Amino acid sequence: MIRPDAPPAEPVFKAPWEAQAFAMAVESHRRGVFAWPEFAAALSAELLAAGAGQDGDDYYEHWLTALEKLLAAKAAIPEAERLTRYAAWDAAAKATPHGEPIVLGRGAKAS
Amino acid sequence: MPHDGHDHEHGETSELSPLELRVRTLESLLVEKGYVDPAALDALIETYESKVGPRNGARVVAKAWDEPEFKAWLLEDASAAIASLGYTGRQGEDMVALENTPTVHNMVVCTLCSCYPWPVLGLPPTWYKAAPYRARAVAMPRAVLAEFGVTLPEGKEIRVWDSTAETRYLVLPERPAGTEGWPQERLADCVTRDSMIGTGVAAIPGETP
Repeated sequence: MIRPDAPPAEPVFKAPWEAQAFAMAVESHRRGVFAWPEFAAALSAELLAAGAGQDGDDYYEHWLTALEKLLAAKAAIPEAERLTRYAAWDAAAKATPHGEPIVLGRGAKAS
Repeated sequence: MPHDGHDHEHGETSELSPLELRVRTLESLLVEKGYVDPAALDALIETYESKVGPRNGARVVAKAWDEPEFKAWLLEDASAAIASLGYTGRQGEDMVALENTPTVHNMVVCTLCSCYPWPVLGLPPTWYKAAPYRARAVAMPRAVLAEFGVTLPEGKEIRVWDSTAETRYLVLPERPAGTEGWPQERLADCVTRDSMIGTGVAAIPGETP
């Protein structure tokens, strides 16, 4: 039951990537990759650096950046490895006809 | 974007936004390295999208209003009292319940990031995560409350509690007058999410507090 005069609840996540970013942080913490206060500190730093003008809409973007940096700091996912993989996903997406699932490796340069 | 179009005759290719690419990147690496299990990610998302929300907190509050013993337990050891109802999980450790009284109004913020008691309230609303609320709740709580449509009596003390990664707060709002003898289920309908953050007050549905 929802209070009849309550405004409609906003969606928990505005896009699937927000949900994925959220879940990856919670789950890697649960698996012991980092302690939660470490993540909270990393997130605070990102939010602080973003300045006071932000309206909360870009929250999960900062969340994702905090996660990337913390995973690099923990040597779980070094930055270089992450950037290489990012380029591979980008190439795969661009080589995939619209509507087909994007699979890693597609669009990779033959070497 | 359209030029002469000849090289698009076989259909457009896909493009992922930079944010989608970053998420795919992390997820594929985390899975390969064995840090996360894709099924666990899906289960977490499902839980927070549809199973955990402020109705959990509302049931806690209603039970506390109705059962003095439970209320005493909640104020003494909120984590245990809340866990006894089955509301456990991340960000539910080290919970503290703050009782609103005729003389004290409690309000919760996380000035650093947005620590929030997920098991009882779900994930925080956008305004809770936004810089203006985080910055102003401590400095000018009365002005912030006014923006939420809450006006408190002149002499009422406002206590603002800053959450941390270790301690998260749940406000136990004042029980609305005229609800004596109500069953807990009906009482829970008086409890809004905002009343448990302290940016609102509990009220009988349809009535202005």
